[in-house]
Amino acid sequence: MIVIKQGNAMLIGIPKESFHGETRVAATPDTVAKLLKLGFEVAVQNNAGALASFDDASYQNAGAKIVKEKEAWGADIIFKLNAPTDAEIELMHEGQTLVSFIRPAQNSELVEKLNAKKVTVLAMDMVPRISRAQSLDALSSTANISGYRAVIEAAHAFGRFFTGQVTAAGKVPPAKVMIIGAGVAGLAAIGTAHSLGAIVRAFDTRLEVAEQIRSMGGEFLKLDFKNEEGGSSDGYAKVMSEDFIKAEMELFAKQCKEVDIIITTAAIPGKKAPLLITKEMVASMKAGSVIVDLAAATGGNCEGTVAGEVITTPNGVKMIGYTDLAARLPAQSSQLYSTNLVNLAKLLCKNKDGSINVDFEDVVLRNMTVTKDGDVTFPPPKISVSAAPQAKPAEAQAAEKVEPKKANPAFKIGALALMVVLFMLMGAYAPAKFLPHFTVFVLSCVVGYYVVWNVTHSLHTPLMSVTNAISGIVVVGAMVQISNSSILIGILAFIGVLIVSINIFGGFAVTRRMLAMFRKQQ
Amino acid sequence: MLGLTHMAYILAALLFIMALAGLSKQETAKMGCLSGMIGMAIALVATFADVSAVGFALIIVAMLIGGAVGIYVAKKVQMTQMPELIACLHSFVGLAAVLVGFNSFIHLGAIPSQICQVPVSDSAEEVLNAVVQCKDAVLNVVAKTPAELNTELIEIFLGIFIGAITFTGSIVAYGKLNGTYKLRIFKSAPLQLPYGNYLNLAALVVSFFLMIWFVAADNAPVLPLLVMTVIALVFGVHLVAAIGGADMPVVISMLNSYSGWAAAASGFMLENDLLIVTGALVGSSGAILSYIMCKAMNRSFISVIAGGFGNAPVAKKEDEEMGEYSELKAPEVADLLKNSSSVIIAPGYGMAVAQAQNAVAQLTEKLKARGVEVRFAIHPVAGRLPGHMNVLLAEAKVPYDIVFEMDEINDDFENTDTVLVIGANDTVNPAASEDPLSPIAGMPVLEVWKARNVVVFKRSMNPGYAGVQNPLFFKENSAMCFGDAKKTVEDIVANI
Repeated sequence: MIVIKQGNAMLIGIPKESFHGETRVAATPDTVAKLLKLGFEVAVQNNAGALASFDDASYQNAGAKIVKEKEAWGADIIFKLNAPTDAEIELMHEGQTLVSFIRPAQNSELVEKLNAKKVTVLAMDMVPRISRAQSLDALSSTANISGYRAVIEAAHAFGRFFTGQVTAAGKVPPAKVMIIGAGVAGLAAIGTAHSLGAIVRAFDTRLEVAEQIRSMGGEFLKLDFKNEEGGSSDGYAKVMSEDFIKAEMELFAKQCKEVDIIITTAAIPGKKAPLLITKEMVASMKAGSVIVDLAAATGGNCEGTVAGEVITTPNGVKMIGYTDLAARLPAQSSQLYSTNLVNLAKLLCKNKDGSINVDFEDVVLRNMTVTKDGDVTFPPPKISVSAAPQAKPAEAQAAEKVEPKKANPAFKIGALALMVVLFMLMGAYAPAKFLPHFTVFVLSCVVGYYVVWNVTHSLHTPLMSVTNAISGIVVVGAMVQISNSSILIGILAFIGVLIVSINIFGGFAVTRRMLAMFRKQQ
Repeated sequence: MLGLTHMAYILAALLFIMALAGLSKQETAKMGCLSGMIGMAIALVATFADVSAVGFALIIVAMLIGGAVGIYVAKKVQMTQMPELIACLHSFVGLAAVLVGFNSFIHLGAIPSQICQVPVSDSAEEVLNAVVQCKDAVLNVVAKTPAELNTELIEIFLGIFIGAITFTGSIVAYGKLNGTYKLRIFKSAPLQLPYGNYLNLAALVVSFFLMIWFVAADNAPVLPLLVMTVIALVFGVHLVAAIGGADMPVVISMLNSYSGWAAAASGFMLENDLLIVTGALVGSSGAILSYIMCKAMNRSFISVIAGGFGNAPVAKKEDEEMGEYSELKAPEVADLLKNSSSVIIAPGYGMAVAQAQNAVAQLTEKLKARGVEVRFAIHPVAGRLPGHMNVLLAEAKVPYDIVFEMDEINDDFENTDTVLVIGANDTVNPAASEDPLSPIAGMPVLEVWKARNVVVFKRSMNPGYAGVQNPLFFKENSAMCFGDAKKTVEDIVANI
């Protein structure tokens, strides 16, 4: 590939992740090529992608330099997954830009340290939930993987089939899976569990996700409770009222006795995860059941989960508290995360000239930026997601849905009365000779109504041309008049016959032509 | 002989009913057309029995000329020009009804004076014959009760009135659909005269009083008849000129209906049941089509006739921010289609204008060859004629069983990967169901936005006929593909 080097081309450094158990990497050979296309240069620390099955050679082939740790950290821009450690911050220098997960709300100390270094920091966990920023929403892409992996882990730990089978050796009932929280992870879990053949039920405080749950193949567990919307303007769930939680807990307690597998994904950003499954509920579950707690890192949704570990309760329920579910699919996670980064790079480098501009006019970049030029810019000004609040007026409108215009009943009765009067008048004054013709006329209208009413839409045009042709029957009138002794009548009738013949012959001919074109699928 | 003619007429009427019934389904449509032709042949042959030798010759000449013209036009006409042709044919029926009406009127006055000329001849038999004929004719007129005479006059009056409206109305519709004429009344945009609707009402009221004059006067004066004819001709022009291009499906079916009523009126004049039956069939057929078209736009017949959209000032939200739209180029659309497993194409009048139907059919073939499920969704008022899109697609050899009507396919959009909207706008506007203030509120529309992706082919961002912006263009899952529909679709075909 030919890369046009420019004087101001910035170097992107991809250091190896130092966090214990981390398998992912912030660039793949594929995305390296895309970054080069944007005009950047890329330096990848040696062995950075080893655990995600990307070797140094493939990075080199894609056009990246393979460098030592120090060089990677010395690049103009650093793409990373986990927040840097203190040792790593030491390697950084003023004027650099760091892109990684930061969790600035929880890690104010880290933010201060980075700011002291005068490093510009973009937090991948601060991507606003607006449609334009979807392509760089790393939380969603990570959550998607976690949801998938949670089901795989559960299936691994579960001693039975997910799908129901009728075999020669007997009938196997399908596994019942309950998924709490229908965010990205929850929906991915619903889809995966459903495609493995399980019966999937899902719960979420936000009523509007019911449709999404159904679309993934799950059944929405509806709470018998007065409408309380759990959505908030930033697209995440919010904390619910006490009464609501009580009703919710009753539902979970009931479900725990029935289901084989529970996957909880309820996390509220920046807060401790809500406790949803109590000890008693776990104790009520069947032996061999599995719980996967995706919120284990922030305290867990289930009482008794241990972060990073699998424990088995006295009644034989396995509780999985892995916090590295996404890292357990390293190649997939790296690919999606690094693509998120490429999309961010596109936003930062609109001119594709290899230089970046952290533009605060852009709400996406503004929201993500934690520190810039020695100032802490977190928390960002609030921006609101358009989807949720607009739903309200739409509903209000739906309520007063436009009724199809109905004729005024008084008008209808009036019209009917008028017709009756006209009929009576006709009966009283019309000559006897007229009435048989009128009978024929009325009956023909009725016949016409019934015959035409069932015409398929696709034949409307041929129908019109055929009616056109047969209304050429007025020719009969003109024909009878043509041999009249009056010259004037003769001439008029001649013209009449002539033009109506155009109608008859043209109408039938064009209908035949059209009908010949309509054909059935072979 | 009279009985035989009568039976022939009954047979013809039955065949006409069978023709309409046959046309209700694709499978029987050809048979229907054939029975219509047989019926017409029987009616013509039976009528020849009542015609003198000279008349016979004249009819043959007229029919040869008319038939040749008709068949020539039918063979040559482009399918995109069908609406014009239909409008043109309607005008002929209207004109014929006017001519038959005047003939009947002249005939009424002519019977005694013309026939009662006893020839000067040395053959006593001939003179006596003439005298007997004369006596019969006179008795025939005298035998008519005043009620019978009045009924006949009313029939003549109404027949000419309806015929004249059909005649000029169809001509204006033809001009509007053709679109190449410079005259203002032939422009697609509605011609809104001040107090237009009152003018129409005045025309009706004046004509009614003229009819009373015509019937009540002692010896059926010709003046009110002529004045009414002029009024009706102008009325027909104004009626259709005030209606905009996109309402043409209603207008065409309305004129179809009128041409039927005009034929029925002629039937009453001539006391001919075949004409009455046929006229009533055609009249109700057209009326039903108009009703279907109106329902498809959620508008009353009166409101369509009273003029186009935008008469009532709509409380428009000022400077409403619709958001941003995204744009796709042909190769990108091609990629999208390649990755879709189900595609629905929603064509509109724009496809006819751009003559894109063949390119669209090619695209369909290519996608089907790749195993993509392709279907078409047709809104009832898409195009300028009921069923217009179906005929265009049929011409391009798109099989009719993948072409669906709105009601059949509206529920399937949800499970569709990609929808291509080609030259349609108002018929896919979500505002119709979401915004009660919209001028098109309540109009049933194709719910294309429920599909995963929507690509809208358009020349520019201009609003459609109803003059309302289309929120569809700004939906997250929709993208615009600008340019001439035919060229763009061809580009896509090349990229697949």
